[in-house]
Amino acid sequence: MSEIIANEGGGKRKGKRRAKKHSTHIDMTPMVDLACLLLTFFMLTTAFSKPKVMEIVLPEKKEIKDPPKLDKDKVITVILDEKDKVYYYLGLAETGKPLPILVETNFSKDGLRKLFLNRNKALFTNITTFNEAVLKEKKNIPADTLKKQIRALKKADKVGPFVMIKAAENVKYGNIVDVIDELEITNVARYAIVDINLLEKKMLEEKKNAPKK
Amino acid sequence: MSKIKLPSKPPKIDMTPMVDLFFLLLTFFMLTTNFKPTEAVIVDTPKSISDKLSPDKNVITVFVGKDNKVYFNIDNGSDSTSRIRRKVLLKVAEHYQVQFTKVQVRKFENLSSFGMPVKDLPRWIDATDQKVRDAMQTGVPMDSLNNQLEMWVLMARNENPNAETAIKGDYGADYKTVKKVLDLFQKYNMNKFNLTTTLEKVEAKLDNK
Repeated sequence: MSEIIANEGGGKRKGKRRAKKHSTHIDMTPMVDLACLLLTFFMLTTAFSKPKVMEIVLPEKKEIKDPPKLDKDKVITVILDEKDKVYYYLGLAETGKPLPILVETNFSKDGLRKLFLNRNKALFTNITTFNEAVLKEKKNIPADTLKKQIRALKKADKVGPFVMIKAAENVKYGNIVDVIDELEITNVARYAIVDINLLEKKMLEEKKNAPKK
Repeated sequence: MSKIKLPSKPPKIDMTPMVDLFFLLLTFFMLTTNFKPTEAVIVDTPKSISDKLSPDKNVITVFVGKDNKVYFNIDNGSDSTSRIRRKVLLKVAEHYQVQFTKVQVRKFENLSSFGMPVKDLPRWIDATDQKVRDAMQTGVPMDSLNNQLEMWVLMARNENPNAETAIKGDYGADYKTVKKVLDLFQKYNMNKFNLTTTLEKVEAKLDNK
């Protein structure tokens, strides 16, 4: 046996055959390229921002036998009309009494926002000072508690206006959201979306037909 | 005279850690991604300052497009084994006596919003071409004679009483249509609505003059 091995060994001149020295380095560039490409793809397709929502609660549709009396001085009625038109009047429109004056306004900073801000001064300053105090003291208050406290502030408010949003025919949905948004910006505590009534329709008609100055 | 020898070969950078990192991130993003299901309609939502996040489970969504077409969507609920979509579909199909094959029902579970009469649903589910699919989206009928949206809402409400409502209306949609949808929900004692909006920060200041 050993002979055979010796023979075989003798057949080769340079002794043991060595494996050729390969470098163990693998060129990873294509792999990196691919990984980078996929990474970019997934990063971009990932939905980073979830959509935001605005919460509204509508009153239950039940026949209320004796609706709560609204304080006449606090009521602001906002009437929306087609082509982004918006009007408001103060107080209540009642049959047999002189109708309130309908005023045209707009969705800009000096329009609805100014009106609501002026009427809602007390609550607005309350909430702003509260927010500032929280920021200043740098208290670590959970968002839920903060919201609850603001809600309590809103509930305790007695002087703020009561805003009624009414829509005439052919009003864009976006306009309604705009009004609610303005109310949220100015921290108005009480508002409702109500159906327009005949008197208001009449007022709107008259306002539209009135010659412009 | 000592010469500084410049290396004849460019230095090799070990890319292994980089590859490691890339793959780690890649895996992360692959696993966290859930592809946005194609929505039936592109809705340009109004802006608001609200920063509340929309719920992603247990929600009945009604889309109101620019052309006042109405689309409906419901998810499978927080527990996907409850297969709410499937149950709702079967109930509605039973009511309108439309036949669905098992394959169609399974396919429907993974689909998203739709807007068409129930009788067109099987064809929509089977359609493979996106263009054909889009062309079939004619809106869920919701007139007083044939109020299919109401049936969908009712069945969805029965199957998933915890579901919230979300309304994704286009800025230019008619309020009348949205109002109809709101009334419909209110009929079944759902008075809280989430209106999908785009966040826009606005600061209001009181000028003390």
